[in-house]
Amino acid sequence: MRPNQTKSLQSNTLAGWLMSGPALLLITLFLIVPFLLAFWFSFTNQRLISPNPTQFVGTSNFEQLLGVGTLVLEPETAEDGSLVVSDKGELSYPRVRDFTRNNPDFQHLNGMREWFGWDWGNTRVLVLARDLVFMKALTNTLFFVAVVAPLQSLIALLLALMINQKLRGINVFRTVYFMPVVVSIVVVSLLWRFIYDGRSGLLNNLLQFLSFGHFRPVDWLGNPDTAMWAIIVMSIWQAVGFHMVIWLAGLQNIPLTLYEAADIEGASSWQKFRFVTWPGLRNTAVLILVVITMQAFALFSQIDVMTNGGPLDSTQTLVFQAVQRGYEQQNIAGGSAISVLLFLMVLAISLVQRYLTRER
Amino acid sequence: MKSLSILAATLAFSTALGGAAFAQTNLTMWYHGAGSTVERDLINGIITDFNGSQTDWKVSLQEFPQAAYNDSVVAAAVAGNLPDIIDVDGPVMPNWAWAGYMQPLQLSEGALDGFLPGAIGKYNDQVYSVGLWDAAVAMYARKSTLEKFDIRVPTLEEPWTREEFDGILETLKASGEFDYPLNLGMADQGEWYPYAFAPFLWSFGGDLVDRTSYETAEGALNGDAAVEFGEWWQSLFTNNYVPGTSQDMASHETGFIDGDYALQWNGNWVAVKTLEALGDDVLFLPAPDFGNGPKIGGASWQFGVSSTSAHPDGASAFIEFALQPKYLAAFSDGIGLIPATAEAAALTKNYAPGGALESFYALSEKQAMLRPVTPGYVFEALEFRKALSDIANGADVVDALDAATDAINADIARNNNYAAAQ
Amino acid sequence: MAAVTSPNQRLKISLKYLLLILVALVFVFPIVFMVVSSFKPDLQLLRDTSSFAAFLPVGDISLDNYFAAFRRAPVGLFVFNSIFVTTLTVLGSLFLCSMAAFAFVFLEFRGKEIVLSIIIATLIVPFETIAVPMLMVVNSLPWIGGSGITWGWLNTYHVQIVPFLADALTIFLFVQFFRDLPKELIEAARLDGASWFQIYSMVIVPIAGPVFATAAILKFLAMYNQYLWPLMVTQSEQFRPVMVGLQYFFQLNTAWGEVMAYLSMITLPVLAFYLFLQRAFITSIASTGIKG
Repeated sequence: MRPNQTKSLQSNTLAGWLMSGPALLLITLFLIVPFLLAFWFSFTNQRLISPNPTQFVGTSNFEQLLGVGTLVLEPETAEDGSLVVSDKGELSYPRVRDFTRNNPDFQHLNGMREWFGWDWGNTRVLVLARDLVFMKALTNTLFFVAVVAPLQSLIALLLALMINQKLRGINVFRTVYFMPVVVSIVVVSLLWRFIYDGRSGLLNNLLQFLSFGHFRPVDWLGNPDTAMWAIIVMSIWQAVGFHMVIWLAGLQNIPLTLYEAADIEGASSWQKFRFVTWPGLRNTAVLILVVITMQAFALFSQIDVMTNGGPLDSTQTLVFQAVQRGYEQQNIAGGSAISVLLFLMVLAISLVQRYLTRER
Repeated sequence: MKSLSILAATLAFSTALGGAAFAQTNLTMWYHGAGSTVERDLINGIITDFNGSQTDWKVSLQEFPQAAYNDSVVAAAVAGNLPDIIDVDGPVMPNWAWAGYMQPLQLSEGALDGFLPGAIGKYNDQVYSVGLWDAAVAMYARKSTLEKFDIRVPTLEEPWTREEFDGILETLKASGEFDYPLNLGMADQGEWYPYAFAPFLWSFGGDLVDRTSYETAEGALNGDAAVEFGEWWQSLFTNNYVPGTSQDMASHETGFIDGDYALQWNGNWVAVKTLEALGDDVLFLPAPDFGNGPKIGGASWQFGVSSTSAHPDGASAFIEFALQPKYLAAFSDGIGLIPATAEAAALTKNYAPGGALESFYALSEKQAMLRPVTPGYVFEALEFRKALSDIANGADVVDALDAATDAINADIARNNNYAAAQ
Repeated sequence: MAAVTSPNQRLKISLKYLLLILVALVFVFPIVFMVVSSFKPDLQLLRDTSSFAAFLPVGDISLDNYFAAFRRAPVGLFVFNSIFVTTLTVLGSLFLCSMAAFAFVFLEFRGKEIVLSIIIATLIVPFETIAVPMLMVVNSLPWIGGSGITWGWLNTYHVQIVPFLADALTIFLFVQFFRDLPKELIEAARLDGASWFQIYSMVIVPIAGPVFATAAILKFLAMYNQYLWPLMVTQSEQFRPVMVGLQYFFQLNTAWGEVMAYLSMITLPVLAFYLFLQRAFITSIASTGIKG
């Protein structure tokens, strides 16, 4: 053996670049360059189509998106200084638009809209946003991720445990549970519009049937309180099979001897799960959480087909808004700014995730 | 010497022989009708006739599905890859002309005489596009229903007033015979919203943008008239007169015929189908008058020439060829649209004097008003649609209109007031 | 299976099956609805959605919708285009991405760590958000084809294929799988004088069947369901894939029966492809999923 054996085996820069080169070139050309272009656009006033020249505008697109302000309102008082109270016993406050529209004393709030607020004694504190639709898209997306990531992982795990049993014909069930993954999300969204229909939808009919007619039909996609949940349920239904299979793989990788040992010690089913199964799934859990989080942040097609962001912006999402602005509104700069913010946010989250789940 | 003259003779001979077949310059055309076999046959018929009628040009067709058409054109424009002839939805034309991917038509003098105003696409005093047809919206009703509830049949001269209309909706609602008194087609969330509902706003006295300057929406979209419109609009939904934004496409399409809705605000393209189902009982009524006259939207799909076309003369020649009454009539018979001239109307089944849809021609002629003729319309339409949806879903009327106004003004500012490129 | 048949156990097994079947119904009902509806005339289809008839092939059943769908659009062409583009992309990306992953895992070369991190980071970028810049990129690229060098890739098959030949997720999958392989395999082959490419193609590829199946299914699904990109880059019907073709069916009066027939037809090839690779797929995940 030559002394530099190990080194010559593994250090081969030329071969390394040659073999990874084609893929790297393509990724650079079709992912990194377009992203850098988008990054550049987000600092300009680039339009999709326009006869006007593109100008550098600094961070104004981001200021427009992220601008927030606060407004403190005092209740209205009558001439004698007493508070004006409505019939319902509520205090009345001046309208927000008196401050946000052409009010020279509140220039910094011009064009802002009420986002949320709370009462502080008789005083009302309001947080205003310069781009309310973006803020709603942001919070909706975070909400979607926060619900879907744990819920979908959990349901996928339960399904995986179910189909990990040794039963005759279990493969049929594995296939059936996976089937929605195979169907395009666009197709799925079209089908679920029939299911969620407010009048004659399948879901309402089913619930009425099960409740012997006591259930009052809900307009699932037309009601701001239920629309996002309807999207969530459908999204989980469509994608959960995929993550189920990943869990299943993890389960099958746990050595059977561990279960046998547990049996000998007389462990209960729960104890076996808690002390054998779960520790063996740790890496799988990390993978699943990362993949679901990434996918959840990209929520778009369901919105595009089913709700268009409505009703009342309750299903706006970041990617949907980025596309809306970029194409429909022909505002590539604004759309790109959202893309960049989304990228930075997910990057930050995945760095945190990686830090929290690091090998200790 | 000899061989040279032979060559010359051969050349001359082959040119003469090739004549019609080889000297024709190719022109490409895009059309939004993919998936509609009727439209495909009609447009191919015109193209075949045109290609056979002269020896200079040969048009070939590329079809797109309507829902993807505008996106395809915009993407192609970004890539500088447009065909010679495009079709364009009337109100979108100024945007495409301003952005520089359409050029004015080269039509002969008098080619557009007698055309419905809604079929002519003018921007900056130049004709960029022309339609073979216009569309019109009417209030569909059943004669029997109106009689039963003792409702007056409105006319163009004496349309329903706002009070009358609200009263009718209340009566129909109270009867309990219908799921909803009125179907507005809220399920159809595309250009339908601004096309069908902006006329209500106009009739109240508001608009999408201030048409004197096209530089601000302040006062037009959030002024007193617009707020009054918005409150009326919201009342339609709070009173359950109209199914809301989550209405499904299917009940929009069949609800009136099935008797789920007493009235329906819909375009003439469903008139033939409705006539077939309901016969004489169906009426096509003019829009209600909310104070500033009854209004409906004008302008439908039109033909134009792309700015990158190397042969705008040929493209214009094709468009002019297509404007013959027989083609206008053929399109009308095929898809139920209103032929762009009275001459062509006389040739059609439905719009000829005494025809079943004759009333639509009058509706279009008397009430039609163009959507704002400005490049900013594309954005204004989106914001208007959002405001209407939000108000229907219970948003504060003034806030929703303010938000749309601000967004539109910001867009106008971002685009340098949509000033024509110098 | 051994016949363990105490009544108690039989009850337990029956309950397990009951649960499995109930859950299966949840997953399959929209798909059944789609297929069943494709045989019904429009009016009946819509009326049936309000009852369990939605899932039953009852009433006026026929293939009319299928015939009508073929009359409305060149369905065969769309399916061919999608399968053609998808197959080439899947094959190409399996090759390029697995080879790149091989290099990242088994070869030591300067800069590979940072390159790998950048690739993983691009996982985050949703395609929709960079589609327009990407359009600008492909529009300015040259292509050497039958008619010499042409500029701009629009309206071709390759514009639908080449940009997707390499992607972060596929590389990531292969990297995860290769990391678990014993290094001794490589060293033995190296000592035998094999080149790196030979080691990749003759040692690694043959034992990586499962991860190829996984990557193939994921890539197939993503490519087959493309909508936005082909819409932007194809202008002739000749190159249109199934998802753009779907728009042919949304006319002023949507014929829902035809829509359902079309949806059923375009879903079929994917199901077939999945069933074909299923066994390998599930075993493969068993080996990739784990290293996280």
